[in-house]
Amino acid sequence: MGSREIHLRVNGGERRVVIEDQTLLIELVRSLGLVGTKLSCDSQVCGACTVLLDGRPVSSCTTLAIEADDKPVVTIEGLADGAKLHPLQEAFIERFAFQCGYCTPGMIVSAKALLDAYPEPDVATVRHWMDGNICRCTGYQTIVEAVLDAAEQMRGAP
Amino acid sequence: MKQAHRVVGTPARRADGVAKVTGAARYAVDLSVPGMAYAAVVRSTRAHAKITGIDRTAAAASPGVIRVLIGDDLLAAGLTPYYGHVVLDHPVLAIERVRFHGEPVAVVVAETKREAAEAAELVDVSYEDLPAVIDADEALKPDAPVLHERRGERVGDEGMDEGEKGLVGNVCAIARVGWGNIDEALARAHLVVEGEYRYPMLYGYAMEPYNALAFFDQGDLVVFSTAQHVYMVRRDLARMFHLPLARVRVSAPYVGGGYGTKSYTKVEGMTAAAAFFTGRAVKLDLSVEEAMLTTRSASAHIRARSAFTKDGMLLARDFQIVMNNGAYTDNTPLVNSKTANRCFGPYRIPALRVIARSVFTNTVPSSSLRGFGAPQGNIAGELQMDEAAAKLGLDPVELRLRNLVGPGEEFMPGKRPLDADLKDDLRCLASALEWPGTRIGRSIGLGVSASDAGAYPTSTAAVRIHSDTSVTLFTGSTELGQGSRTVLAQIVAEELGVPLESVGVVNGDTGVVTYERTTGASRTTTITGRAVQEACRDARRRVRELAVQAFDLPTSEIEDTAGGIRARGRGFSYGEVIEKWFGAGGEVLGHGAVRRAEGFAKMPPFYEIGCTGLELSVDRETGQVHVTKLTTVGDVGFAINPALVHGQDAGAAMMGLGAALHEELIYEGGQLVNPNVVDYRVPRFSDIPDEMVHLLAERLDGSGPFGAKGAGEGAGNTVGSATASAIGRLLGIFPRELPATPERVWRLIREAERVRTRKTE
Repeated sequence: MGSREIHLRVNGGERRVVIEDQTLLIELVRSLGLVGTKLSCDSQVCGACTVLLDGRPVSSCTTLAIEADDKPVVTIEGLADGAKLHPLQEAFIERFAFQCGYCTPGMIVSAKALLDAYPEPDVATVRHWMDGNICRCTGYQTIVEAVLDAAEQMRGAP
Repeated sequence: MKQAHRVVGTPARRADGVAKVTGAARYAVDLSVPGMAYAAVVRSTRAHAKITGIDRTAAAASPGVIRVLIGDDLLAAGLTPYYGHVVLDHPVLAIERVRFHGEPVAVVVAETKREAAEAAELVDVSYEDLPAVIDADEALKPDAPVLHERRGERVGDEGMDEGEKGLVGNVCAIARVGWGNIDEALARAHLVVEGEYRYPMLYGYAMEPYNALAFFDQGDLVVFSTAQHVYMVRRDLARMFHLPLARVRVSAPYVGGGYGTKSYTKVEGMTAAAAFFTGRAVKLDLSVEEAMLTTRSASAHIRARSAFTKDGMLLARDFQIVMNNGAYTDNTPLVNSKTANRCFGPYRIPALRVIARSVFTNTVPSSSLRGFGAPQGNIAGELQMDEAAAKLGLDPVELRLRNLVGPGEEFMPGKRPLDADLKDDLRCLASALEWPGTRIGRSIGLGVSASDAGAYPTSTAAVRIHSDTSVTLFTGSTELGQGSRTVLAQIVAEELGVPLESVGVVNGDTGVVTYERTTGASRTTTITGRAVQEACRDARRRVRELAVQAFDLPTSEIEDTAGGIRARGRGFSYGEVIEKWFGAGGEVLGHGAVRRAEGFAKMPPFYEIGCTGLELSVDRETGQVHVTKLTTVGDVGFAINPALVHGQDAGAAMMGLGAALHEELIYEGGQLVNPNVVDYRVPRFSDIPDEMVHLLAERLDGSGPFGAKGAGEGAGNTVGSATASAIGRLLGIFPRELPATPERVWRLIREAERVRTRKTE
């Protein structure tokens, strides 16, 4: 079992960490105290562990940490600007788009990737893009509404 | 008439909102303590076998391993090696025998998670296979292998109204409900609808898998876990370690989904045992696959008959229900009795006979899941109303209206009369769905249910009013996502007349909060809510007592105001009264308790109403069902937080849709073949109905605070039967088995074609 040093760039911060080759990205971010990223299905179908790697949403449960070497990683903890919540976070609260909250970090990170790619999504686009994120509590409708609200909010913002 | 309220009745933002959208909310799985060791579980590879030996040598020698623990170790140490809140028959780790594939046999404790997992592979268990039985009907046969020759000790009475008589062979629980002369009623009926119905075995898939962190602190056992019912788990653990209740602390921080699946003890016993034998803090996190081997819901096979007059009046109903409850008792007696109570519907029935039997099999043990018993029974009870309507040439809504019990009417002798207007609910639902539907190729199905909900109404709460007039609520109810922290805080703010933002909530920790029997059966708003109200009233009474002494006034000259009292012509906040009485600082403590008395004297504490319908279309080439509209009527008496009620209704209905169309745990041989979320398909974004409408019916007819009654299960209870009904009305043949997968629907389409061809020939 080998180990190596990687250059980690998480949520705007930079540091060098030594990891074992088989370390998964979710293990790495959670070991840094960023435990907002959640493990559930462990097989890349539920989306609870979604983080942005180089701007793209990935399942951190099936991504090796070495793939993050020198690439920006964004987790749920990296979305708010200090005490100011990201419009998606505001919209999720406003729309009651979560209950237990376990899927929520991955859900919001996936939605961020969606809005980065499609700033003006319609309902069908949201449902299609978010299909890789499972929520067992809400029945999804409020999440779709929250994402659409946030998109509108972000477009309106200067 | 609705009274004017300030805080209740408003969609107040969730108290846990910012924590949950920023990733700051801490779940049990996120917790750690310094020096913590990790556990991994060795599971049975056999469905039913005698354990002939467990070789721990290689595992014990593996790097980082601290201890390899087996069931015999618990016995040798004099611990109670079984748990169960009704029957003490569930071994913490298998003893002598395994009864299902996936049963925990050993626990490996190591310095790291990976070391524990690697060493678990090295534990060598030898087995001598025993004949296994997977199907419940098979397990009832006289020559079936028996799982429990000797029954565990009875430690609770939930669902055991019939006592132990008849619990022979593999029968785990029996429930009977009935009255009138069935045979006479059947004989004079104009129509008897008869059929066999099947409801699948389900996995709740709460997204945070079961996990626990346990350690001993000066002899006190401390457990953080995913438990829904922290006080029930406390009792199991106290019994296991022979500790007084006061010396066991069970705490559930935020819980990642419950739906009943986290009721009662799961991994807490194993984890605590690991801590006991190693002297370390031990963490055990199950994978989803392991969680699927831990608890499921009971499947049901129902033989049902319903007899009608030619006007569609019910004369009799007869249900014989067999449920597959898996290897151990767990919550089976209660689920079984609820199935019996919930299958025949809130109808006037002159003669009724229900016999429900739950049966041990060599499968994953079953326990609670959202609505428990209601969806299982509803598939037969409600679908037969639709089948009868089709045969009698009557409108299914009209048929239901003719038979539904009205508000205040008793439909189970000696029980609480119906606290809802189901006829009006059904009319609202039908109208919202544009019943009977005119769109070509689409079909509507709907149904109603009234579940005896709330469980046993024991609840307590405490409020502390601080010297700045802010308030802390202490409740044993756990926050599973249902929003209890928000709703209960709204009740406090309303009762005490303080701003919602000044109410803090501490919950779900037996070491800190007051007793709460369970967090389930949709009871929190209604029952805990009443205890919270009582605690607030007690606190107000104490504030008045302080004011009497502090201001030297007779009680009669003190009146309650919002956030304080009025005396000597001026207002004083709670804080001012408190500081005046103490001289400096201080606080007031109010305690509230409810029990099976007064408003909750009659069981059940309330009925939970289900009134959900949907419109769907079927792809005749593939059998794929597409839901175009789903409508729920939330008959909650009074919505303390309407947005949270909608959330419960939407979530329950969507979960019901999963069972109606996709979800089913499948056994092949002795093994569960789809224990993962790839093969066990739950609803996704692409399954959202095109349109979802959530209506509220508020008639202030609940036994809870402000006329409220519970939600959370009802909206899902009728989704299975409504789906089957809509498909049946479209195809001409009613599906009697769920889920209505594309393959099953495709077969029905072919069968309907054959029937039509035969008719034309």
